[in-house]
Amino acid sequence: MNQNAIEVKGLVKSFGKAAILKGVNLTVPSGTIFALLGPNGAGKTTLIHILSTLTKLDEGSVKVAGFDVESEQKEVKRSISLTGQFAAVDELLTGAENLRMMCRLSGLSTDDANSRTRELLRQFDLEDAADKRAKAYSGGMRRRLDLAISLVTHRPVLFLDEPTTGLDTISRRTLWEMILGLKQQGITVFLTTQYLEEADELADEIAVIHGGRIVASGTADELKSRVGGEVIELRNSQDELIGTYPTSGGLADVRQVLNSAAHAFHPDTKITIRKPSMDDVFLALTSTATKEASIS
Amino acid sequence: MNSAKAVQKSPSLLTTNLVFIGRSLRHSLRNVESLLMAILLPIFLMLLFTYVFGGAIDTTGQYVTYVVPGIILLCAGFGSSSTAIDVATDMTNGIIDRFRTMPIRAVSVVTGHVVASVARNMLATCIVIGVALLLGFQPEAGLSDWLFALGLVVLFILTYTWLFAAIGLVTGSPAAAGGYGFVLLFLPYLSSAFVPTNTMPSWLQGFANHQPITPVIEALRALLIGGPIGNNGWIALLWCAGILLLSLIWCAVAFRMRAGRR
Repeated sequence: MNQNAIEVKGLVKSFGKAAILKGVNLTVPSGTIFALLGPNGAGKTTLIHILSTLTKLDEGSVKVAGFDVESEQKEVKRSISLTGQFAAVDELLTGAENLRMMCRLSGLSTDDANSRTRELLRQFDLEDAADKRAKAYSGGMRRRLDLAISLVTHRPVLFLDEPTTGLDTISRRTLWEMILGLKQQGITVFLTTQYLEEADELADEIAVIHGGRIVASGTADELKSRVGGEVIELRNSQDELIGTYPTSGGLADVRQVLNSAAHAFHPDTKITIRKPSMDDVFLALTSTATKEASIS
Repeated sequence: MNSAKAVQKSPSLLTTNLVFIGRSLRHSLRNVESLLMAILLPIFLMLLFTYVFGGAIDTTGQYVTYVVPGIILLCAGFGSSSTAIDVATDMTNGIIDRFRTMPIRAVSVVTGHVVASVARNMLATCIVIGVALLLGFQPEAGLSDWLFALGLVVLFILTYTWLFAAIGLVTGSPAAAGGYGFVLLFLPYLSSAFVPTNTMPSWLQGFANHQPITPVIEALRALLIGGPIGNNGWIALLWCAGILLLSLIWCAVAFRMRAGRR
């Protein structure tokens, strides 16, 4: 088995005059979960479409499961599965029919298709809804069906484009558990997300994409430390933000902040300690990226 | 242990097509509005043209016999127009991307819709003929005439359906796809389907006599109720085959533009 499930070198892509990807490099080791984190319009979907053979690349080289996405498309297609941004299930078919159809299209015989369908319905907790039309499914059920469809046959590499966007918290957690379960089966998962929390929860490694470039990569903890530690926020009785202080979160550090705050602010002032949010990461990383760009 | 196979096989083209045909047939049966349309429209049109317009157009009471080929084509036009919407829906809702990342010929998804359309429209054609017989339609056709007539109807439905499939591929949304077919649905009215073309003003006769619907109507009429078929059979076949070929090419190009790699 290849050591790296995905290798991207110097990837450039533009649509007409709009440059979408401006030289992306990344490597995803086999059997890991990789999260591509970025705001809307950063190039996440374009990148995932190039990796999954849907879109041509302009420059650079991309290998998926050891195969070149330009010259070995058929081999790539046999090694991957893509779950797009919008749950692409057939609404007029039932959950079981959706799965059976995709099993047949993946080359399984009718009997194998039936038994695989039953397994997947059980694995993704859809047995009760198996004979209901997908149109009647909730958002979480649709996503689960979508994920199950991606797994009808074993594919070493799975692409998930914003798998939990628009889901409620419980459905999101359920889906996270299922995605973590895929890693246990040895599947490499490449997912895009707008949520730091999601990347934090799932990914072995995270890359932040902004304006067509990877501006930072590393583990969740590494990224957070680049953004800085926790922040103490002070709010007045009208709940307006009146002060923020960076902190390590340790007792001595917090006490020092509070001591100085006690002199300056009203005793009713409310205090919260906040972890860096997605906004903080973006503001920190994208502003440095802009600076670097303006220097070079 | 699960039964997922480590090595991937691609399904045969036949399997791929059969799976997509099965999918589209299920869609047809479950899309209640379009199914009702396919069943009720032939009945309503037959009744409308026989009892409402028929008396004014032809006072001998034999208008039902005259109008059968026209109603068949009118219903086939309406019935196949939903193909544009089916195709446009698949192209816009993301499912096409999944098909395209599978090792299959993704264009088979269109073939599935076309075959389902032919099946729906053959049902509608049978309903037209059945209702017509109840209303006093007296065909003079022998077995071979019936077979030729049905063959011509199938060819006409295929032609219209592929044309609508192409329209579904080039329009941006299902709603737009539904709108563009209007011109095609209007063509039977400007032919010999409902009145002989010599009752039309001369400037319109020129169009009516030389548009594709008229020879198809005349050929069907000759086959079903007797009378000389003349050149109409060949002209009808050439029109249908020509438009079918162009539609297939248009579909292939449009599919590549719409769902190809960019």
